[in-house]
Formats: sequence, structure tokens, C-alpha cells
Amino acid sequence: MIPPRSTPPPSLPPPGVEKMRAEGLSAWFGQKRALKDITLPLVEHKVTAVIGPSGCGKSTFIRCLNRMHEVVPGARSEGQVLLDGASIFGREVDPVRVRRRVGMVFQKPNPFPAMSVRDNVLAGLRLSGITPPDPNRLAEEVLRQAALWDDVKDALDLPGGALSGGQQQRLCIARCLALEPEVVLMDEPCSSLDPVATAKIEDLIHELRERYTIVIVTHSMQQAARVSDYTAFFYVGELVEYDEADVIFTKPSDPRTEDYITGRFG
Amino acid sequence: MRAELDAAYSGRTLAARAATAASCVAVAIAMVPLLAILLYVAQRGLGALSWSFFTRLPNPVGESGGGMANAIVGTLELVGLASLMGIPVGIAAGLFLAEYRTTMLTRVVRFSADVLAGVPSIIVGVVVYATVVVRMQHFSTLAGALALAVLMLPLVARTTDELARTVPDSLREAALALGASRWRIAIHVVLRTAGPGIRAGCMLAVARVCGETAPLLFTAFNNRFWNESLGDPTSSLQVQIFTYTMSPYDDWHAQAWAAALVLVAIVVVLNLAARRVLRGPKAA
Amino acid sequence: MNEPAALTPSSRSTHAPRPLGEPSHALVDRSLVALGGGAACILVVVLAVVAAVVLDLALPSVRALGFGFVTGRQWDPVHGDLGALPFLYGTVVTSLVALTLAVPVALGVALFLTDLGPLPLRRPVAALVELLAAVPGVVYGLWAAIVLAPLLRTTVEPALEAHLGFLPMFRGPKVGVGLLCASLVLAVMILPTIASLSREVLRAVPIELREGGLALGATRWDVVRRIVLPHAKQGIFGAILLGFGRAVGETMAVAMVVGSRADITGSLFSPGYTMSSVMANELPEATSTLHVAALAEIGLLLFAITFAFNVAARLLVSRVRGPEAALVRVVTPRLEEHT
Repeated sequence: MIPPRSTPPPSLPPPGVEKMRAEGLSAWFGQKRALKDITLPLVEHKVTAVIGPSGCGKSTFIRCLNRMHEVVPGARSEGQVLLDGASIFGREVDPVRVRRRVGMVFQKPNPFPAMSVRDNVLAGLRLSGITPPDPNRLAEEVLRQAALWDDVKDALDLPGGALSGGQQQRLCIARCLALEPEVVLMDEPCSSLDPVATAKIEDLIHELRERYTIVIVTHSMQQAARVSDYTAFFYVGELVEYDEADVIFTKPSDPRTEDYITGRFG
Repeated sequence: MRAELDAAYSGRTLAARAATAASCVAVAIAMVPLLAILLYVAQRGLGALSWSFFTRLPNPVGESGGGMANAIVGTLELVGLASLMGIPVGIAAGLFLAEYRTTMLTRVVRFSADVLAGVPSIIVGVVVYATVVVRMQHFSTLAGALALAVLMLPLVARTTDELARTVPDSLREAALALGASRWRIAIHVVLRTAGPGIRAGCMLAVARVCGETAPLLFTAFNNRFWNESLGDPTSSLQVQIFTYTMSPYDDWHAQAWAAALVLVAIVVVLNLAARRVLRGPKAA
Repeated sequence: MNEPAALTPSSRSTHAPRPLGEPSHALVDRSLVALGGGAACILVVVLAVVAAVVLDLALPSVRALGFGFVTGRQWDPVHGDLGALPFLYGTVVTSLVALTLAVPVALGVALFLTDLGPLPLRRPVAALVELLAAVPGVVYGLWAAIVLAPLLRTTVEPALEAHLGFLPMFRGPKVGVGLLCASLVLAVMILPTIASLSREVLRAVPIELREGGLALGATRWDVVRRIVLPHAKQGIFGAILLGFGRAVGETMAVAMVVGSRADITGSLFSPGYTMSSVMANELPEATSTLHVAALAEIGLLLFAITFAFNVAARLLVSRVRGPEAALVRVVTPRLEEHT
């Protein structure tokens, strides 16, 4: 049995700049409440991992961070999400601009099948009807950032769906980076990939931390331990514990976290 | 890049707003005539409905009053008989298509069903007229029901086929691994899993043929009185609406509206019931 | 049955040896399969009978009138002078005008339902559209004959002539019933059909692609224009073809308002005739063999046209099946998977 929570989750003062912050965030699908009153800081140029058993609301949480949650019929949210101190739920805020600054990589690689690899990289611009001045250079630059250039430099005109699963996922990361986002959200980016491809993505996350603030949802505790600076543990829609990754994985303060990371449930 | 995106931003927002507005306008345009029809049917129909509409026979030309009791019963008879013929055969054919989905035979059958579903209903009426009515030498309820059954058959078969195919193969394999035979799987696993959908599909098919008029014109024809057997021609709401609308009498027009209201009510109730059947197991 | 010895359970087994050959229910199994197969074959037989009977009925007319039947403009059953061109003309004109009016609106409605409309409004509008697709044609005909036709005569046709009268199709006798009235009622009737079929096609575009686009900061319209529509255009074309097939075959509503005159005037206002409505009106009263055969030949042409359109539509998009497809969707909801 899991004892009820006795103390509110700690939100330690982050030693870096706070890039984003969820403040009393709740979310619903129709009548079903998926998130309960989450308050969580996201530190700039750090990797924050969100872990927890399936159905704990971790995907819903990051979908709130770039207002993708509201795309689902019947979905709604309450509370605040701040980006550089400003609310992204404000009346005058256009979700389109939020998503440009807060990019997202999905669980299943979803390159646009009708577009070539190059067009997929530039999709964010193409969708907006913009042709960059030097598309080839931009594509190369972004593909290098995503550690994909060497794999695909001879395949730029193939359809995006022709790549392997791991390459497709890095293509989706490249597509996101091409928009020069400030925050990159990753929703279980490796769950459909083999170990080798997973390792490549994890290496990539390490490098990307230099330039971006990263939030990654994962069901793999090992992955969270490997890639994250901070880790948040969610359980049935609540934030149970948030701390530096080392602390969470070595001496968690909440017994539920301990049960989860030692594999007693989930 | 960001500067360019920002430059394009206002134009794109405008385009997006315009597109959304255009789709809303399309909905508004679509709704005007459609709602007008429903409102007219409700208003004029309610005005003309009376107890005698349900209990009396039509009066002769020139006499006002009278009802459509025989037409209401006639429509129910026609549709009921058609369902008895069309639904069992349709479900059996659909299950067969779903369970033996890749053979040459199923491809031919599926193609035939799709073509048959697209054949104008009046042509089905002509064919039943030539094969049944001419041979029996008189119009009959049975001939009308047969025409409606032919129209139902491809709808039921293809709906059953599609729904049975949504039953995951893992379920079939699980049942096979338990030693169940093919037909037991089809009946106990597939039919039961897809059951609500198939039931709803049959209801929609029934609703569809409730409104079919053209094939009845030269099969069931019309009848001012009760039909005494299935071999007699019969009146039906559909044909009565047509006949009365084309007449010059205001009184008959009013009766046509009343008949339209009853017919639309039957169709709407069947549609809502189908939706309920579908939602049932999920709510539970 | 010959059982391999190796498969027989050993004598130490607590089970009695069980045969691996034909089980007792195999006979039932096979006869039920045969029953299903028989039922399936009925569909093929029915289609063959329909085609054969129409062909057989039409044969005297094909023999007597030849190719002139399709080009003849006279329709005089009493003297046996029978040409089907006015009916072909009426069917093509009414269907095309109906399609022109209905397609843009139907596509707008479909996009409203899948991508552009406010989320809380989508479900009720969708339910209404599907309900309207189920209203019988004869009820549309009643409304058109009693409400729409007088409105056309008194208001719409004079206004059209005043503003667009330089076009010959908007000139002529203003009687209400006629090709224009038939086109309008057809447009209203096929609108829900095309809208709900297109919606099916649009919904088949994977949700991941839409989300991928939105997450890149694209607007809903950007996603529609550059991802959804390119993906769905074939299917939408198929939906339009099926809508055309439905318009060509619709009988009752058209018969009630088309005016029933076999004539080609070039004006949309004037009364006309269509292939299906002439069959509905004249077949019950046709007495001469040639008249019946000529009407059946019109049926044969109608059959051929709808056949061609349906086959083309289904080749274009195998997933478009008719409004009944909505069922499959309701049973296997896609959007709920997010939770």
C-alpha cells in the first residue's frame, strides 16, 4: 500500500534561471481529472525528467507546457504555466507562438510521409509558407545539431518515412530545432526505439542541453537517471517528489518514490 | 529564422481566422435549408396530425378528413418483411466476408455489394416489377418488401463486414488456441464483440429503407383500403406523401406534411436508437 | 483417420487417447460456412439479375431505336418517336449544378467538423449532419414542391434574371418548378452525404501528423492546407464522385419538382426531366412494348453511369464506404486514446 501524502511536494529553489514554471496546474479529459495541482519549476539549460507509472499524467503535463493538451476534444486545464515569467494561458496569447518557442517531440516518430527528409527538417517553415534564404545550409546545420547529418546526407530527397525508426525520431528532433525553440519537450521519445537508437538520442539530449531547456517524459528510470539533472515523480496525477536527479534516485524522501524506483510498483 | 516567422505571423493568423470563419459560414449555409425542412415538417406536420390520422382510412377525393392508418401499417409491413429477408442474409454474408477476407470470392462479393449499394433504387424497383409483379400479374406487398430487402442487403452485409473486421485478430487467435472451431469463433467471438455495432448498422439500414419510395411505385403500388394479404398491393407513408404532394388539394398537402412528420419521426427514432446501442456498452 | 503413432498419448497418461482427426463439429462448421458463402453469393446473383433484367427489358428499344435513342430530342411515346437526350441533359445539368453548389459548402462543413470548428460545436453539428443525411428523399421533395418552388417563382428567379439575366441559363419562364428547383433540392440532399464522407476521409489522416504540425507552431489552417488536404485529396474526390452518383440516381425529390417536360431549352428556369424521374412517372402507365423498353433503356444508361461513378470512386479510395462508415468510426474511437 502507498501511504497518503503527508507533506506538499518540495519545490527547491533552483540553482539556475527558471525558464518555465507550472503553478497549480490541473488538467481534465472530460470529467476525468488527469493532473492535480502541479507546481514545478523547469530550469534553463537543464534536463528535467518526468517519471511515473503509466496513466500518472506525465504526458498530459508536458502537453500542457506548449498548449497541445487543449487540442484534444473535451480536454481543459486550470492553473498557470509561465514561460520567462509570463503566462502562456493569457487571453492575448496565441498557442501558435507558444509552440514555436516550446517545441515538442512525440512518442511515436511522426515525420510527414509526403515530404522529403529535407522538407521535413524545414517543415515548421514550410507549414508557415516561408522559404528560407538558403534551405540547404539550414537543413545541414540543423541535421548536424541533431546528429543525423552523416546518416542522411545522401538521402535528403527520400521521403521522411523511408528512414529507420531512430533516424525518424532524430529527424523529428531536427524539425523541432529548425524553429530555434527555447524549450524542447520530449514525450517518451525512445519508447518505440531499439537500444542503439535510444543511446544515440540520449547522447543527443546531452549535447542539446547546452542550447535548450529540455523536459523529457520517460517510463524508464534508468534513462531518467542517465539524462536528467532534475527529476519529478508523478503518481495518479499528482507531483509526489521533485529534486535533483541524484537525490531522487539515491535517497528519495517520499516512500512512494522509493517504491517506484526500486520497482515495487509501476 | 525567428524574424521571418514573426514577419509572416500576422498574415498567417489572418489566413487561419479567415479559414475558420469560412468553415463556420459553410456550416451556417448548410444548416439553413436543412433546418428549414425539419422545422417545416415539424410545424406543418403537427398542425395536420390528429387522432384520425392514425386510425382512419383515406377519404375519397373531395371529402376532407380521413387518415393514413393503412399507410402506416403498410410501411411497417413492408419494412418489417424486408428486414426479415434482408438482415439475416446480410449478416451471414458480412460475417463470411470478414472471416474469409482475402479469397477471390470475397473480393467479387464485396465489389458486388458496393456496386449494388450504388444502384439507384428505382432500378431495383423496375427489376422487381419485371420479375415478380409481371409474373404474378398484380402489385403486392411482397414485391415491395422484396425490393426494399434488395436495397438493405448490401448495406447490412458491408456494415457487418467492416465491423467484424475491426475485431482484432488476436481475439480470433486466442479462441483458435483454445480449440474453438471457425464457426464458433465467428458466432461467439466475432459476432458478440461486434454485436452492438452490427445491431446499430441494421437499425440504420432499416431507417434508410423506411424512406425509399421510388421502388415501391411499381411494386407495392398503393391501396386506398387495408391490404388483406401480402399478395395485395399496399399503401405506404412514402408513396402517400408523393401522391398527396402531387395533388392539387390543400387538404391532401396537409396530410402529406403529417405523413412526412411520422416518417421522419420513425427515421430519427431509429437513428437515435442506433446511437444508443453503440454507446450502451461503453457507459456500462 | 490415420493417426501417427508418435502422437498417441502413452499408456501412462491419465487421459484417454484423443483422436486428432476430424472433430465431430466439423460438419456443422462446414455447413455454416457454406450457409455464409451462400448468403454472400446472393449478393452477386442479385447484382447479375438486376443487370440482366434491365438489359433484357431494354433490348427491344436498343434494337428498334439504335444509337439514335441517345441523340434524339423527341419524346413522343404515342407515335413511337423516342429520344433520350432531354433526360440525359436534365440529369447532367441538375447533378452538375447541385454538385457545384454543394461541394464547397460540404467541404467547409467537413473541415469544420475535423479541424477548424470550435471543439464543443463539432459533435452536435456532426450529429445533425448525419441525421439530415437520413431524411427520406420524398420529404425533401415535399418541402421543395410546397415551399421552395413558390419561393423560386416569386422571389429568387426574378432576382436572378434581374442581376444575371445576361446569361441565357438565368432567363425564361418563371414557374418555380424546373431544373433550378431540382438542382437546389439535390444540392441540399447530397450536401450531408458529401460532408460526412469527406469527414471520414479527413479523419483518416493520422492525428499524429496534425499534432506534429501544430507542435511546430503551425496554425490549424496551415496544417489543413499543407498536411491534411494533400493527404486526403484523393479520398475527397472519391466522396464527390459518390455524391454525384447519388444525385444522378435520386428519383423522388426530383420527380416532384423538375416540371416533367422532355425539352432542352438552355434555361435553368424551364421545366425539364431527368432519367430517373421519367421512369418513376411513366413506367406505371406505359402500355406499348416499345415505350416500356425505352424507359428500361434509360434505366440501363442510368445503371451504367452510376456503376462507372461508383467503381471510380471506390478505386480512388477504398476506405470510403458510405454514410454507414460512421458506425465503424463510432465503434473504434481514435481520439479517446490520449487519456
